[in-house]
Amino acid sequence: MNRYWDWGFFFEIMPRILQGAVNTIMAALGGYALAVIGGLLVALLLFALKPSAQIVESSATLRMKRILTFIIKEIIEFIRSTPLLIQVFFIFYVGPQFGITLSPWTAGLIAISLHYTAYLSEVFRGGLEAVPKGQWEASISLSLSPMHTFFRIITPQAIIPSIGGLGNYLIGIFKDTPMLSAIALAEMMFMANAIGGEHYRYTEPYTMVGLIFLIISLPMAGFIRAFERFVRRRMGLA
Amino acid sequence: MPYSAFLADRLPAYLTGVLTTIELTILSIVLAVIVALIMGLMRLSKNPFVTGIAYCYIEFFRGTSLYVQVFWVYFVLPIFGVTLNPFVAGFTAVGLNIGAYGAELVRGAILSVPKGQYEAAYALSMSDFQRMRRIILPQALPIMLPPWGNLLIELLKGTAICAMIGVVELTFQAKQINSSTFLSAQAFGTSLILYYMLARFGITPFMRWLEKFTARRMGRSA
Repeated sequence: MNRYWDWGFFFEIMPRILQGAVNTIMAALGGYALAVIGGLLVALLLFALKPSAQIVESSATLRMKRILTFIIKEIIEFIRSTPLLIQVFFIFYVGPQFGITLSPWTAGLIAISLHYTAYLSEVFRGGLEAVPKGQWEASISLSLSPMHTFFRIITPQAIIPSIGGLGNYLIGIFKDTPMLSAIALAEMMFMANAIGGEHYRYTEPYTMVGLIFLIISLPMAGFIRAFERFVRRRMGLA
Repeated sequence: MPYSAFLADRLPAYLTGVLTTIELTILSIVLAVIVALIMGLMRLSKNPFVTGIAYCYIEFFRGTSLYVQVFWVYFVLPIFGVTLNPFVAGFTAVGLNIGAYGAELVRGAILSVPKGQYEAAYALSMSDFQRMRRIILPQALPIMLPPWGNLLIELLKGTAICAMIGVVELTFQAKQINSSTFLSAQAFGTSLILYYMLARFGITPFMRWLEKFTARRMGRSA
């Protein structure tokens, strides 16, 4: 047995790490799906809270809208600038203090999807704001209904500039799932820690986890770029 | 126990934690900036070997999780004879990781300096080094500063992971306080607020100031 590297041990622990990898992927995809929904809702809410161009609103309504926008933006800023690790701890440990016990999966998914909701809402908001105002005006002059305008005219154009950011955060959420090992969710890093503790060999498990991250995230980055090009072409852009 | 009593009781522990977090952050920033500059410039080299090294470095650190990198530096390097204490391992891993992201910002900013500037510097027969140092980098700096602000907040958040290898910083203190008092909402809530304050009243104003400062140095009013 080599002091630095042991291939036998490497292959012996592989099934357990791969089992963890399945959980990692599930946590990442689950959290991401929730975050996409949440981010879209928050972005739509912020969009709806913008002063209307078509209806004249009372000053009370406008003030209400401004205050709500301020609060939502401040919450997003707070979530974005505090560590996910503590958010995970917070959600996992605060429940029992008030008699609600969350499983690591529930707490982990809530924490990670909340964190990325904050990021994705900004991506969606940016996408919506990138659509030129003239598109709204053109839709009004064609007497399309607001719903129709929003879903058939604005949203498709808002998606394209969002794809890059959405893809980056998919990779980001995937790389952040090891934080969930801190509350004993049995993902890759948790398995690696457990194996390291049992055999007192850390090189192989940690290296394998790193390699699996590379194997998944590098092709994913390429895939996202290809997808963005595909959508652009489908939309008749460049 | 009211929150004020909790805070009065635990404030010293939190403050030592904040201090360690600030130390970690500053050291990581220094390392990240150095790494980002070197790797960003190497990435633009004409020599394919040099570019390849930078490319591998950037893709490796961006492709794997910071969490794994912190553990790797702390637990695996000792086997190869490099034993680092948790503090050093922590800021090294965070700095190297953020440096890889920063390298891309440096590269992008340098590429967005207009080509005429290169030609003008060439026409004035400046050496490559002079051109980079006196013409290109000063113009790339204001372009890359705004995204660096976001990156530094990511860096601050990244230092929280150092708690997992036993660096006694803010997250670690919060965990300790949580397990000794069982007041989770207060323990973690306070640390969340402290992190937020560090980001909002530390890093953000500093970057604003830096943006203004470089804009003034460049002769542009901000």
